[in-house]
Amino acid sequence: MGERPLVRAEAAALVAVGGFAGANLRFLAGQAVAGLGGTLAVNALGSFLLGFLVYEAELAGVLSRRARLVLATGFLSSFTTYSTFVLDAASAAPAVAVAYVAASYGLGFAGVLAGRAVAARVQPTGGGGSAAAAEGGDR
Amino acid sequence: MLLGPAQLVGLGGALGAVCRHAVASRVPAGEYPLGTLVVNVLGSFLLALVTVAGADRATLLFVGTGACGAFTTFSSFTVETVRLWEEGARLPAAGYAAGSLAGGLAGVGTAYGVAAVLGLG
Repeated sequence: MGERPLVRAEAAALVAVGGFAGANLRFLAGQAVAGLGGTLAVNALGSFLLGFLVYEAELAGVLSRRARLVLATGFLSSFTTYSTFVLDAASAAPAVAVAYVAASYGLGFAGVLAGRAVAARVQPTGGGGSAAAAEGGDR
Repeated sequence: MLLGPAQLVGLGGALGAVCRHAVASRVPAGEYPLGTLVVNVLGSFLLALVTVAGADRATLLFVGTGACGAFTTFSSFTVETVRLWEEGARLPAAGYAAGSLAGGLAGVGTAYGVAAVLGLG
């Protein structure tokens, strides 16, 4: 909105770099795991990681704004996909489609909650960048 | 083919991600995650259209797997749904989850209709 052109161009470049990598990793996962499983795994894993990043930002704030643009808006949001999910669900047999949607939503939401639980254990101080998994971090 | 699969998917992915970011920053950020809903419905329509139209492999990799795949997002959708739900907006959260699915399916259906009208596929 009120941002200067150069700042916006930098944001777009960071998002593009993340998008390039995220789309490719999803492509590779689709080749490694045939059928619906590849997209399901990618969406569940991506939801876990984005849940971690978003709540890490609120609870600890170790990562910079630029890192978050690359990782969250660029990489993870491109790694996961809704269009392939919906098209595959629409093309599957009804019983398979219902199970696929339920599994995708269920694992996706559970992934976000798990990501947040991990983020709550990141220590805001220390500055090491990876002070995760400390014992008994209170929320 | 001038570009390999990784380049096609990657360049499409970069384009899709930047377009998603542009849409997200233009849609007013209110209570409701409207930006994600818009990209997911629009991207589902486009992916279905290039798929039923029988586009060649390079186009499918660039536009389908790359651009549409990256333009739409599942992780933002799940994070936003959980957030709505936990803020106490349970009905909007359920509506968002169901509405995204209904919108995406409607996009796919519309693509089949458009393809039939245009005589594609």
